[in-house]
Amino acid sequence: MNIKDVENLAELARIELEEYEKKDLLRDMEGILEYVKQIEGIKLDDVETEHGITNIWREDKMEPREFSRELIIKQFPESQDGFLKVKKIL
Amino acid sequence: MNMDLKNLTIKKAHKSLSEGEFTCRELAEAYLKVIQEKNPEINAYLEIFDDVLLQAEGAQKKFSDGTATVLTGIPIAIKDNILFQGHTSSSGSKILENYTATYDATVIKKLKSAGAVIIGRTNMDEFAMGVSTENSAYGVTKNPHDITRVPGGSSGGSTACVAMDGALVALGSDTGGSCRQPASFCGVVGLKPTYGSVSRYGLTAMGSSLDVIGAIGKNISDVKIVFDFIVGVDEMDSTSIPLKFYEKKVVSKPVIGIPRDFIVEGVDPRVIANFEETVEKLKFAGYVVKDIKLSYVKYAVPAYYVVTPAEISANMARFDGMRYGSSSKSENLREVYIKSRGKGFGKEVRRRILLGTYVLSHGYHDAYYNKANTVRRLIINDYNKAFEQVDLVLTPTTTGPAFKIGEKVDDPVKCYLEDIFTGPANMAGIPAISIPSGFVEEEGKKLPLGVQFLAQHGREDLLFEVGSKFEALQRSVI
Repeated sequence: MNIKDVENLAELARIELEEYEKKDLLRDMEGILEYVKQIEGIKLDDVETEHGITNIWREDKMEPREFSRELIIKQFPESQDGFLKVKKIL
Repeated sequence: MNMDLKNLTIKKAHKSLSEGEFTCRELAEAYLKVIQEKNPEINAYLEIFDDVLLQAEGAQKKFSDGTATVLTGIPIAIKDNILFQGHTSSSGSKILENYTATYDATVIKKLKSAGAVIIGRTNMDEFAMGVSTENSAYGVTKNPHDITRVPGGSSGGSTACVAMDGALVALGSDTGGSCRQPASFCGVVGLKPTYGSVSRYGLTAMGSSLDVIGAIGKNISDVKIVFDFIVGVDEMDSTSIPLKFYEKKVVSKPVIGIPRDFIVEGVDPRVIANFEETVEKLKFAGYVVKDIKLSYVKYAVPAYYVVTPAEISANMARFDGMRYGSSSKSENLREVYIKSRGKGFGKEVRRRILLGTYVLSHGYHDAYYNKANTVRRLIINDYNKAFEQVDLVLTPTTTGPAFKIGEKVDDPVKCYLEDIFTGPANMAGIPAISIPSGFVEEEGKKLPLGVQFLAQHGREDLLFEVGSKFEALQRSVI
């Protein structure tokens, strides 16, 4: 891994990094990856990876929920006439 | 009114409230007084809610109209990542500094209908990522047993709050040990329930396949009462399950298993000595104790630090400066994302997001993420096999007593190794509890130690049963 990789990951994750941080992050990531690498050595003979997962469905119908519309709108960083205002995307 | 808060339990408080010995308001005021004295130094609470006395009045009405429960009027603290409608919930992060919860978490709804008095929100590592509360954007919480030491984490505010008598009980959350490790450091009881047994609705997500809300208290009885109120299937959390989901075998006298190979490396000799004493006490009380082998459990933490960052990188994507949370002004949409997240997230959160992004990226997905999930299956198999021979597994909770503030925070791997005994239960989804098991003395301060019992899915009952016996044994020795 190198600084470029850290920059790419930060780009993918949409996080602005300061220059000094990149070096620290690179060092930390290398240390962590070195540590988690020990799972690489485990031999796996036909392990069943399914967890017996089942889907939980519900009917597609409207039901009242206890949200506060007023509180939700209050959280918007920017709003207009009770709508969320965002930057132009096109 | 003078109350002996140190020795107060939910049952005792309930009796006094029922008999009119004191009112819900007087009880709340007794705790508020302690908070006023101690919190400026300990920093267990980030906020005391402004409606505490109003809640206490409401609770008192339940006593007069006959709808009181055993939790009515009981002062409880909640971790800062649990949503309480109309109140700030910041998850220890700058990015949610001014976020007001727009709905109640299911556990809050349950506490409210039981009439509990929710005192305030407690400090935590940012988004529950950490083992010391040093990753909080709002300063470290200090260990009430020695203020130069950490309380553990991430629910360190909740455990410190109970230890300093700032609330009778508290809620925490546990993804890799976040209720148990701080409970051990603060000398209180911390429960991590079976994955899915307590609804996660309204708990700010960290690692969704591991997160669970847990209870913290001074003793097993208090923790059990809180657990009994918050447990239950919830249609708002599709991973929630009824406790009877798992088959239960009949157990007359639980057999206890010890994974000896696992309890060696990097463990403080005083912890080992205390652990051996615990084993002797249990044998003396008539429990059969057996050595067991858990071959893959030693890989639980390295696998955990692949699975969890992966889930974190996905969960943290919702903080984009668009709909809620702090937002940085910028020219275009993309810049708003990058700057809001850059300013809002602390060091450990960035670290884990990048790590998660890495292990999920093309070319590494198989080697890391898929492999870690397979290891997770092997760990579950390990426990399933062990539970054919024994009913409980016993380990120390931590490798040592509470460490000094600043001692580990700059070394992520050192911090991750804190989860060595607690992480496996989350990877397997099984319940576990940390119980105080004694003290070690350092620099004239008595620092608590804890032991951890683990049980099969859905067997919290065995944890409480043997835990209570062990608690009684501890008392008779002291």
